[in-house]
Amino acid sequence: MSQEDHQASIQGSGEPAKNGSPSASDEIGHRAYWRANVRTLLSLLSVWFFVSFGCGILWVDALNAYSFFGWKLGFWFSQQGSIYAFVVLIFVYVAQMNALDRRFNVDEDR
Amino acid sequence: MSAQVLTYIFVGLTFGLYIAIAIWSRSGSTKDFYVAGGHVHPLANGAATAADWMSAASYLSMAGIIAFEGADGARYLMGWTGGYVLLALCLAPYLRKFAKFTVPDFVGDRYYSQTARLVAVLCVVFISFTYIAGQMRGVGIVFSRFLEVDIDLGVGIGMAIVFFYAVLGGMKGITYTQVAQYCVLIFAYLVPAIYISLMLTNVPLPMLGFGSTLNDGSGVFLLEKLDGLTQELGMAAFTEGKKSTVDMFFITAALMAGTAGLPHVIVRFFTVPSVRDARISAGYALIFIALLYTTAPAVAAFARLNIIDALNETEYQALPEWFSKWEDSGLLAWVDKNEDGKLQYRGGAALEPVKPIFSGERGASGERLVSNEVGASANELYIDRDIIVLAHPEIAQLPNWVVALVAAGGLAAALSTAAGLLLVISSAISHDLLKNTLARNLSEAQELRWARVSAAVAILIAGLFGIYPPGFVAEVVAFAFGLAAASFFPVILLGIFSTRMNKEAAISGMLSGLVFTTAYIVYFKFMAPELNHAEHWWFGISPEGIGTLGMLLNFAVALVVMRVTPPPPESVVTMVRAIRIPKKAA
Repeated sequence: MSQEDHQASIQGSGEPAKNGSPSASDEIGHRAYWRANVRTLLSLLSVWFFVSFGCGILWVDALNAYSFFGWKLGFWFSQQGSIYAFVVLIFVYVAQMNALDRRFNVDEDR
Repeated sequence: MSAQVLTYIFVGLTFGLYIAIAIWSRSGSTKDFYVAGGHVHPLANGAATAADWMSAASYLSMAGIIAFEGADGARYLMGWTGGYVLLALCLAPYLRKFAKFTVPDFVGDRYYSQTARLVAVLCVVFISFTYIAGQMRGVGIVFSRFLEVDIDLGVGIGMAIVFFYAVLGGMKGITYTQVAQYCVLIFAYLVPAIYISLMLTNVPLPMLGFGSTLNDGSGVFLLEKLDGLTQELGMAAFTEGKKSTVDMFFITAALMAGTAGLPHVIVRFFTVPSVRDARISAGYALIFIALLYTTAPAVAAFARLNIIDALNETEYQALPEWFSKWEDSGLLAWVDKNEDGKLQYRGGAALEPVKPIFSGERGASGERLVSNEVGASANELYIDRDIIVLAHPEIAQLPNWVVALVAAGGLAAALSTAAGLLLVISSAISHDLLKNTLARNLSEAQELRWARVSAAVAILIAGLFGIYPPGFVAEVVAFAFGLAAASFFPVILLGIFSTRMNKEAAISGMLSGLVFTTAYIVYFKFMAPELNHAEHWWFGISPEGIGTLGMLLNFAVALVVMRVTPPPPESVVTMVRAIRIPKKAA
């Protein structure tokens, strides 16, 4: 049992089923996994909303009062910054989900 | 060597490459044909997705739109990349776990309804044909401009190439040609951008260059100079938007949700081996896309500056050679309003109606005369924004091989998207309509044959659209996004994230989203185009952004109907639980 697995079972949320057959503990683990998944999504999507709709559209005029190298800040967010943020968000998501899969014993290698 | 000879060589070489890949990766089964056997490496799928997604519009038109709209162009930049975050986080991994072949497959199975499946087939076919018409036209334009062949012949050659690798190779052939096409198109996009960035700012990376100072010794930032020039000439400052905040918000949201709901993009995530691969593959795809999307606004700023520099206050006789070439193709026009023999580039439309109608005669300086009314503004220049990417290398006086490269890149962008769309149409017909609905006893071999036949028919229809473009193509492309946002996106999202979501809610949601969005667009675009202004729009939302409201309506209707109708059968609930967990069932 890896350290992460151990931690998960201490928290009582991801007890793995030893023989792979569907069981009540599997069911509970899956629900906890799904809740953790949705939490991850919501926090990443709030960043997504903040950089694009927030900095790039809603507050663009206010941010344009500041300059960022040769750009007005709001303009930079709407034409460059938000796109960089999107890329970073997906890779953070991949890392967090892979960790989550392992923690709850639901990754595809098992 | 002349640009034309070089273009023939580049286009010939790239076409040869695509055909070679098609022969090497023929499809032997329906699984090969629909999802490339399901074992495409996530990196290859990322590149293929990028080429699939970046169409003639991204490659040829987007930088041009930003060049003339400035800050407002951001709705395309954010909308067409931000959708990938939605796709990667909310749809792709679960649809991969679902492990079927098409989007109607998911809709039909999840909502245990043949009606829902057929509605999905209709939406797929409509969205895809709308899109494809523009791609084939793009192929024709590149051929006619750079190789001086007839547009129709150009469309024909494009059809022949796509026919070869889509019909023979199916998804497998398309995937690997798209990887090659991505390499061609991104190289062709970046080379001139890097060249021009170096010429103007000494900074090699265009995405940094347009935020740097000019290298003319003035020490002024490029965008500062451009803002100053545009305002001086009576135009909107480049970095200031003209669209209202609410409209920008709704258009961007419609483009994002539409991107996530477009079937030809979703289906690419069925081709990777695992859920984990689907997640990372979306990340690779967005990196590949971002490379072009962060370069486009730089190209736009450079082009605007170079155009003002090259044309404004210049005598017609002294205008650069490219001016008369594009004037001959009708994409540029000059009216000497003040009869001083020089071109004045100012704010406002030069002509009324906006597009030039050439009278066939030549004016005092040798320019092509137009029979339009001249607008009230002092502006004397009409310039079609679609020429920016194609003409910019010439405008910046880059070497001929760069000019030729851009043509090959444009063809790669248009052909890769066209092929992806054709495949989605063909699988919707052979798999969803025939195998799953009309002719359930079809054998594997028969289904594969039908898939090839429907791909071939779809190519013929797409070619006809390219040769006889319906006048409403440009109008309906925005419609395709609004439609995808208002129909597929909510239904797929709720299908994954709610186990309570049922057939009645899905169908009523999709229909209300579709009917509302369609009605709004048809009213303002076709029935009462004279009313198509902000003061008549609901909440100030233009038809381009109305898909977002349609999507919200879809969600609202679905959530209400879901509560007053019976829950889905237990088998469907089990299926939804299963697609949420990456691990395969024991």
